[in-house]
Amino acid sequence: MDYVKLINCMRCGMCLPACPTYKETFLETASPRGRVALVRKLQEGGLEQSERLLEYLSLCLDCQACASACPCGVNAGELVAEFTCERKTETGLGFMEDMILRKLVPHPDRLETSMAPMRMYQRSGLQKLVRTLGILKMFPKPLERMEGLLPTLPARPLRQEIHEVTPAIGTEIGTVGFFLGCVMSLIFSDASRATITLLSSLGYKVITPKKQVCCGAPNMLGGDLAGLKEAALTNVEIFGDYEVDFIVTDCGGCGAELKKYAHYIEGDAASAFSSKVRDISQVLSLHSEKLRAKLTELPLKATYHDPCHIAHCQGIRKEPRDLLKLVPGLEYIELESADACCGSAGTYNIVKPEMSDQILKRKLDTIRFSGAQVLVTSNPGCLLQLKKGLADHLPEVKIMHLTEVLAQSLAG
Amino acid sequence: MQQSFINELKAIVGEQYILSDKESLAVYGYDSTPEIESLPGAVLLPCTTDEIVRIMRLCFDAGETVTPRGSGTNLSGGSLSAGGVVIQTSRLNRLLEIDEENLTATMEPGLITSTLHRAVESRGLFYPPDPGSMNISTMGGNVAENSGGLRGLKYGVTADYVMGLETILANGDLLRTGGKVVKDVAGYSLNPLLVSSEGTLGLFTGITVKLIPKPQGKITMLAHFPALQDAALAVSAIIAAKVIPATLEFLDKVTIKCVEDYAHVGLPLDVDAVLLIEVDGHPVVIAEEAAAVAEICKKHRCSSFQTAKDAAEALKLTEARRTALSALARLKPTTILEDATVPRSCIAAMLKIIQDSAKKHNVTIGTFGHAGDGNLHPTCLTDERDKDEIKRAHAAFSEIFDAAIAMGGTITGEHGVGLAKKKYLPKLVGESGIRVMRGIKQAFDPKGILNPGKIF
Repeated sequence: MDYVKLINCMRCGMCLPACPTYKETFLETASPRGRVALVRKLQEGGLEQSERLLEYLSLCLDCQACASACPCGVNAGELVAEFTCERKTETGLGFMEDMILRKLVPHPDRLETSMAPMRMYQRSGLQKLVRTLGILKMFPKPLERMEGLLPTLPARPLRQEIHEVTPAIGTEIGTVGFFLGCVMSLIFSDASRATITLLSSLGYKVITPKKQVCCGAPNMLGGDLAGLKEAALTNVEIFGDYEVDFIVTDCGGCGAELKKYAHYIEGDAASAFSSKVRDISQVLSLHSEKLRAKLTELPLKATYHDPCHIAHCQGIRKEPRDLLKLVPGLEYIELESADACCGSAGTYNIVKPEMSDQILKRKLDTIRFSGAQVLVTSNPGCLLQLKKGLADHLPEVKIMHLTEVLAQSLAG
Repeated sequence: MQQSFINELKAIVGEQYILSDKESLAVYGYDSTPEIESLPGAVLLPCTTDEIVRIMRLCFDAGETVTPRGSGTNLSGGSLSAGGVVIQTSRLNRLLEIDEENLTATMEPGLITSTLHRAVESRGLFYPPDPGSMNISTMGGNVAENSGGLRGLKYGVTADYVMGLETILANGDLLRTGGKVVKDVAGYSLNPLLVSSEGTLGLFTGITVKLIPKPQGKITMLAHFPALQDAALAVSAIIAAKVIPATLEFLDKVTIKCVEDYAHVGLPLDVDAVLLIEVDGHPVVIAEEAAAVAEICKKHRCSSFQTAKDAAEALKLTEARRTALSALARLKPTTILEDATVPRSCIAAMLKIIQDSAKKHNVTIGTFGHAGDGNLHPTCLTDERDKDEIKRAHAAFSEIFDAAIAMGGTITGEHGVGLAKKKYLPKLVGESGIRVMRGIKQAFDPKGILNPGKIF
């Protein structure tokens, strides 16, 4: 890790009010400034790598709200993630990590097959039975949480259903490659289907390469830098076979990772790939007048939650809001602290359930206060977390992906 | 710190709210002051006045030192402790009352300054002090340091708004000073003494501040100056013309570039200085004032004069200015910030001295600050690993302080003396000044347990 990045933090504290875990605890160890200091002390030898120190660092959501808030350009979230990744690279992957990150995640077929029992569990009525009898209480807590978070799965993953090429409707204005995120395909296939519909109706030919693999974000999270690089190389090669204007994704997490490929692997192909990556809102915004003309009345009171991977990691805030405001009849309400993390943060809501719940509660309070009927967002992690949170505490509010709202208005 | 003593403290605040592991202590060893670190013995986060009273009694009996801390944004090392107890007030953060009949607000010390702003402004009221760190600084810290801010020129500083205080003394006794009355001449005025006492006389548990009606309107302007001296002279000319803007901020070329790099608000990169000017009040009056300001800036050869088109653009500009200090750290890892303050007629002369000193000692100094009230923030951009450069930076600042004192100014306008400026204080207040301060300290804290080693 680059020592200068650590000493660039001048400890002004501007990050403190942006940090979800500081807001909950008021503890310096749970603040971005404190985390940078801990890693720095470790490097300088003032502290050893104790269990407690790692525990303190593990409370970081890596939401990178601190990076948005930092005038000196320090990204505490990324520094902690980098540190954790480097440490795990040194210690090597555990058996389970190896199974999941190497044998499962990089292979779409295996990943899809692995979900089949869950689909059967939900559809056979077994889930209902298990929940009624409270059987999950007998299993470890994380399992119960995972089961609770998972919404009803689509009958088939989207990847298996869509054609590799979806033609443009009307005059073709360009070609985009669609990066279909794993979770989008497996769980939120309706939203990704809406993404394709929107792109094709604006005149884009949409290519969804069947052979694409996971973006590698889970590898980064699990400290498997080599796995991440492998995923990057594979995707760069696969998309390199097609002539596309943009590589579009409707998953904030994938978008943030894909844009960083050029940072992890060398070569012109990687730079070309990363420079073409766009969040769906960025591409749709290029055609807002054309889109506006196609949209029909959708009388909804809607608000927007900024996914960290879109607002903080990619700096995209304006486009999703502007798109929602295009919809006739839609009353847009700005959410208070809209860009504060919802507590999902990869696997955080499973490994740090208490902190995640506290952060979620704060988010739900702002949603309640907004008076919106629909909460719009555009990242599968947030969708999972907030869908569950709303169902439990605010069932009258629906949650939709940005592209679902737009596609619904488009269909009329 | 003895484990048995820690256990006694634990019994007061609960296990969760006492930190004594070395990892925690390490991150409470700093605040926003560069170059100074000092490890405390334990950090406590009480949530009631009663808990603070009990902690103070325990420490008083044991002769243990106590240092108050809010969010740790102090710029003079004031919130650091050498082995003693740190009381972090963040959990005592309730806004207790907004009294619209008496125009006061009463709160606990951990309340964040901008939270107070939002609460009172939603009722058409106004609490003017707005230090750069207001989005995280606590009111207790603002009172203890007598914080200023961007609006100091027209509205004054924290001391001008503190009406009542509830203070826990070194022995745990409770002292109430002032209240909601506008006039009060009963005995010594203790409020002004406690404000800016930097945690050395007592711990605040309750604060009552004066509110004023919220100005009906404001106009925010930005003037670009190709020559630094012209900007400085324009500042004096605006005040001499009897226009008192709420804000009259100065940013030099180095600062402009850093702020623009972070905030992207469209600051000009090809000029030597900008003035950010905000007039507020009745719409008719501010229109006249804005016109007068524009006229003066043009007379002083500004190359461009912009007026913010709406509240959002105005807010962007003032928020960008708030990031100036931190943004300067984009260029070099260490920023040594000072806040030498001079009578405002001397701004131009002071800027010249800062420039000359930087040149003479071969250091980079970016200067920004509250030009309208004579409070400049020359900030040396350096690298703590370069010991020689650090030495030269301090030599330059020593000269700048001497010049400020010679002009009838002061060594610190709003950051406090703390540890960082201790050695310069005798130069300013003389032997008799130090003697009187020591006497006051003795009267409040005979055992010397409250934030020891600070100020003098």
